[in-house]
This record gives sequence, C-alpha cells and structure tokens, in this order.
Amino acid sequence: MGFKKYLAKRAITMFGVLMATLLITIALVGSNMDAILKQSVSLEIRQQITNNKSLISSFKTPEQLDLYVHDQINQRMLALGLDQPWYTPQRLGLAMYKIMTLDFGHAKFLTSDTGSSDVKDIILEKLPRTILLFTTATAIVSLFGILLGAIAANKVNSKIDKITSSFAIVSSSFPVWWVGLIMIFLFAFVYPIFPARATPDVSVTDPGYLLSLLYHMALPLITLVLIGFGSWAYLVRNFLVGVLQEDFIMAKRTIGIDKKKILYGHALKNAAPPIVTVLALSLSGSLGGAIITEAVFDWPGMGRLYYEAISVLDLPVIIGATYVLTAFFLVSIFLADVLYAYFDPRVRRQ
Amino acid sequence: MSYSAKEIWKEFARSKIALVGIGIIIVLLCMSFVAFVTIPAETFKEWNDPASWLVYPKSALPAWVNYFVPHKIPEHLILKPQEYRQESGGISVVTDVFVTDYKYDSFPSDFIYQYSAKYSGSPLIQLSVTRPDGASSVLMSSSLPYSTGDTTFQGMMFSTDNSMKKNVQNKLQFFFPVDSIPSQDLVFSNLDQNTVLKGLYVFKVTSYDVNGNMTFDQSKFVLGGKVYGLMGTDELRRDLAVGILWGTPLALFIGITVSIGSVVLGLLYGVFAGFKGKTTDEVMMRFNDIIYAMPALPLLIILAVTIGNSIFLIVGFLVVFGWVGIAKVSRSMSMQIKTLQYIEASKLMGQKDFKIIFKHILPQLLPYAFASIAISVPAAITTEAGLSFLGLGDPTFPTWGQILHDASVYGAADRGLWWWILPPGIMIALTGLAFVFIGHAMDSIVNPKLRR
Repeated sequence: MGFKKYLAKRAITMFGVLMATLLITIALVGSNMDAILKQSVSLEIRQQITNNKSLISSFKTPEQLDLYVHDQINQRMLALGLDQPWYTPQRLGLAMYKIMTLDFGHAKFLTSDTGSSDVKDIILEKLPRTILLFTTATAIVSLFGILLGAIAANKVNSKIDKITSSFAIVSSSFPVWWVGLIMIFLFAFVYPIFPARATPDVSVTDPGYLLSLLYHMALPLITLVLIGFGSWAYLVRNFLVGVLQEDFIMAKRTIGIDKKKILYGHALKNAAPPIVTVLALSLSGSLGGAIITEAVFDWPGMGRLYYEAISVLDLPVIIGATYVLTAFFLVSIFLADVLYAYFDPRVRRQ
Repeated sequence: MSYSAKEIWKEFARSKIALVGIGIIIVLLCMSFVAFVTIPAETFKEWNDPASWLVYPKSALPAWVNYFVPHKIPEHLILKPQEYRQESGGISVVTDVFVTDYKYDSFPSDFIYQYSAKYSGSPLIQLSVTRPDGASSVLMSSSLPYSTGDTTFQGMMFSTDNSMKKNVQNKLQFFFPVDSIPSQDLVFSNLDQNTVLKGLYVFKVTSYDVNGNMTFDQSKFVLGGKVYGLMGTDELRRDLAVGILWGTPLALFIGITVSIGSVVLGLLYGVFAGFKGKTTDEVMMRFNDIIYAMPALPLLIILAVTIGNSIFLIVGFLVVFGWVGIAKVSRSMSMQIKTLQYIEASKLMGQKDFKIIFKHILPQLLPYAFASIAISVPAAITTEAGLSFLGLGDPTFPTWGQILHDASVYGAADRGLWWWILPPGIMIALTGLAFVFIGHAMDSIVNPKLRR
C-alpha cells in the first residue's frame, strides 16, 4: 500500500469519526434543542404581534387574536421545518451541513468578550487562547522530557534514572486540576505571586491586554509543565532503552563512534516515530483535558467556554465547541499517523 | 508466552513496588471496612443536606493542628449528657450533666444547648454552669410551651441570648468592664481580667416537672470551636473525615468495575477480531478506530448532562471509552497466537471457534489482562473525579471529586483552606499509585523486555 493510499484511508476514517461524533452530539441534545427552538419561535412571533398596535386593534375578540397568533406560529414552524422531529433525515442533514460550514447559529446566554452572541465569533475568540496555553506547555514539556529522558536512558539504573522514573509515576497519578488547586493555594494564597484567576482583569481592547494575558498564563503553564514532563521523560527513556538494545547500536559502539553521538544522533532518530506520535496524541489529549484545567484556573479559552455552556445548557455553543474540539483532536491524531508513517515505512506496508 | 500462576506470584512477591501497592490497597480496604462499620450509611446520604450538619463548625481546621501551634485553638466539642432522675414531693427532676476540661488558649466561639423533650403540661428547664474556681451561675431558664396531652418539643439555648448575659453579669463578680463582651467570653473568663480560665467546667441542665413524665430524647451541648475532628470541616459544616472515609469504597468500586468491564470487553472484542481476520477484522477495527479517535471528555460531559449522572451510568460511560486500547493490543496478540501450531491442530480437529478462543487463546492473554486491569484503574478514578469536579457526578454518592468540586466552588484554594483540598487529592493519587505499582510489576513480568 502506497503512502498516498494510506493517507487517504486515514483521512476517510477521521472524517467518519468527525461525523459520528457530531451525530452523537446532535442525537443527545437534539430533543432539547427542538424544544428550545420552538419556544423561541413562538416568543418571537408573540412579540412581533404585540408590537404591531394596528394589527391588534383590527381583531374584535381575543379568540380571533389567539387564532391568528397560533396560525402565524404554525406557519413559521413549517417554514423552519420544526413540524417534523429533529431526527428526520432532512433536518439532520441540514443541521450537519450548517455545522460543517461553521454556521453554528447564535448562543442563547453566552457572549464573547466583545459582546457578540454569534457562536462562531465566540469560538474564534477563545480558540487562540487555548492553543496558546497548550502548545506552549506541550513545547516546553517535550523539550524538557526529551532531554531528561535521553540522560536517563544513557545511564539506565543510575540515580537520575530512578528519580526520573519515580517522579514520572508519581506525578502522573495526580489529577492535573488538583495540582492546579494546590498551585493556586501556594502561589496565590501563601506566596501571592500570581493571580488565582487566570482571566485578565483589563478589557480586551486595552493595549496591555496581551501582556496581562501572558502574566495570568504563568500559573496554568507551570502546572501543566510540572505535571507533564516527568511522564514524558519516562516515555522517551523507554523508547530509547528499546532502541539502544538493537544490534545496529551495538555495531556502532564496536566501531568506536562517540557514545554521545550514538545517543543523540542515531538512537534518538530511531526513537523519533513513537515520540512524535505521542507528542501529537498528548497535544490532542490535553485539548480534551483543557475543559477541567481551564475551569480550575478560569483561563478564558475553549475549555472554560465548554464548561460554561454545559452549566447553563447553551446548546448551540455546546454543539459548536464539541465540533471544533473534535476537529482539532482529529487533526492532531491524523498528523500523528502521517508522521509515524513518514518516519517508519513499515506501517504503510502492513 | 506461557506462565504458571505460581511462577508469576513468585516473581511478583519479589518486586518491592508491587508489595507497596498491595500494602496501600490493604489499607484502603481497611478504610472502607471502617467506613461501613463506624459511619452509618444515613449520615453519608445526608452529605448534601445542610440541615443535618448544623451542630458542626464552619471551615474548622483538623484538631491535630493544636499539636503544632503554641496557642491551643479551642476544639469544637459536641458533648453527650449523663442523665440523673430524681423524684421529690410529686415533682420529678431530670438533670443532664455535661463535663468538659477546657484547656485552650482562647474563648469558644459560642455554645449551644440543643434538646428534644417529651412531656405534658409545662415543665421548666434551667441551664447552669459550675466553673473551675467554684463559682456557679444560672445561665438561662425557660418554661416549655404548655400542652394538655403528650407532646415533643425541640428547642435550643444560645450563648448569644441577651438574658444569658444578664444572668452571668449578675451572678459572677467581674473586676473589668463587661458591657461589650459576649457571654461565652464571660463564662470562660477569669474574674479579675478577661483571660481564659482553664479547668473543669460542669454544665447542668435541670428540668422540673409536676406531671412526672418528662424525658429528654436528644440532648447535646455544643461548645463552638475552630478545630474539629481528624480532618476538619468544610464551609458547609460537613465533617470531612466522613467524606474522605466513605469516598474510599466508592473510588475502589468505580475504578475496579470500570477497569474490569473495559478489559473484559476489549479482550473479547480484540481476540474475536484477530481470530476471525479478513472482513470481520477490518470492519471491527474500523469501528474501534472511530471510538478510539473520539474525544472522550467532551462526550462524557454531554452524556452525563443529557442521559443522567447516576454512578452506574457513569461507570457504563467510562467502559464505553475504556475498552478500545485493550482491544487493539489483544487483537494483535491473538493474531500471533493464531498462527501457532496447536491452534492449527485444534482447528483441523474440527473444534468450534468459540471453544478455541476460550480454551486456547484467552488463557494465554490472562497475565496481560490482569496487568491492564491494574493499569487502567487510576485513569478510571481520575476521570470520574474529573467529572465530579466539574459538578457532573452523582449527588447521592459524593466522591472525592465532589469534595474538591465544592472546595473549588467556595474558593478553598485562594482562601487557604488547605485541609479541604489536600486530603481528597492525595487519596486519589494514592489509590491510583497503588494500582500503577501493581500494574508495573505485573507488566515487567509479562514483558521481560521492559526490565532492562
């Protein structure tokens, strides 16, 4: 199987996953969504009619008015297709098409910082902040992790190896959000260095906003790095130890190539495919975990948006955010697959 | 790839971290047992009912903090009475006596006498105190509302009551101005200056009743303080020791059921797909890919919000997202085993597929299965804790995650209420670590390559 065919196959699977997730989300919130839409339609029509004084005065009895209102509501529902339940193919197809073209409609309660209630605007405002926080954290974590992992793999069973391994195991069993709470306790209460709430207190339009955002990012960033780099180092160490046992490394050693060169040049290169895969996967994983992490620190990104949307049941935002989160998740998994196949040709030839 | 149970156990017992893991789990099991025996399930069910925690202090530190501070902080005490009954001349006198040795360096925040009395007529109740210096004073007296038939009455006497302060002022001779001092600070004060008088205090509740049928059903004397119990209390006055203790069996239940469920499901799915091969394998693995690539947490949240958040449903949801990885690995393992000669032989002998799977393939995968059960427990516990932390957990079974959720809602971290946030997280991590240790030890037995 060629590389292109492999890519195509993965891409199709990913698209399937995206559609399946979307379908599940719509199926789970669909009936609620319907009720809310119907409510808002009848409310809107009643308001229109009550505002139109001359129209009201043209009715003689209240029954006539009621009948007219009812008629109008039914007409509007028919026009919107609300007379059919949400699971009919046309409505489902329409909903999916709208979402795929990023037309998420308007939020019910939530607004963006600039006051727009368009779900697209809200998401476009929050997304960069989440990406900023989590890619920065992942970059720092992987850099530390690879360095420390290489050092540990170089001296298996040495003190530094043992410390790395035990730190990895211990740090990965604490939930990130709990460590977040402890960090807030330590650095916002005991030693008030950083703010407890990560939402900047200046308005978005202020020129100092970016600086304030970066300052507020410090605590979540430190937490993410602290909890992440141990297990990273451990992973890299394990991959490297595996590679260092292979025959070609032995051969290189017997020729007399410098030990450091073997480790950082040859062994690390060969351990790259799994490392890159895990890098992409951990990025996607942290995006999912962002919901809790951002809720703890009040970081104004996608995760907190999702959390807020869930707590007030703002369905358009939930659907939009799920779609975008899933899309990002899938893109990073896809990237991992592609990179792995690129580095390790055995995968494509399976 | 074959192991005897005895060999595995021998290797296992030699590994130190495995023994540590088993040790922690034994401790956790003991804690669960203690929780079942000592704390009635009703107490725990009332966890979210503020009315049942009224007599507890608000955000009190754990009592052992007193060992580390120079000035002893008053402990929150809920005293139980010694009851005496006396008949004299047609009047029955019931006396409840509460004794406490007050040895703290500051005054109690308040004290409350809480009772529920069964009586008819209109008995009289009187609260009085005898202090370590011998002085004694009536604090408060009141007559219960008149009733012709038998009735029960629930009442309280507060130290903040004005009549109590007047009584104390009249009976005890203080040599300092008392006007702006609350009555609890007077009752526990030296006479010459307003400092704590340490020693034995006896509070006496006496009821005088002409009908002679008065009884106290519940009678407790609450001495308000700022430290309480082993773990302290939270903002909603709940005893955190109860929450932590009862959270243990819940966490173990969630972790173990989810991991066993996902491993069994994944194992069967993977082995079947790998054994069948061809189109069945292809279709099953594509489905596996789809579940594998779904973002678990957002979907879990949506599921919990729309379908329900009962603890059993959450266990089910976690299994739905938990089996995929195991299915992938067991598929490739079963594909390897399938090519072995004895499988070929039993195929030729005409044995049925499911018999080959259950008799010849699955037993080979058992060590791997046990290792993965142990390894996937922590993820299940942290994911459930995460859901609970977001406020989506089962409110009838409060877990460690929910304690942390409440802590976060009341801003425990930035207000410095460390005893509220530290123990639940440490328990979560400790439980996870125990299973990780065991899983690692088993893993290194199953995959000897990892041991170097």
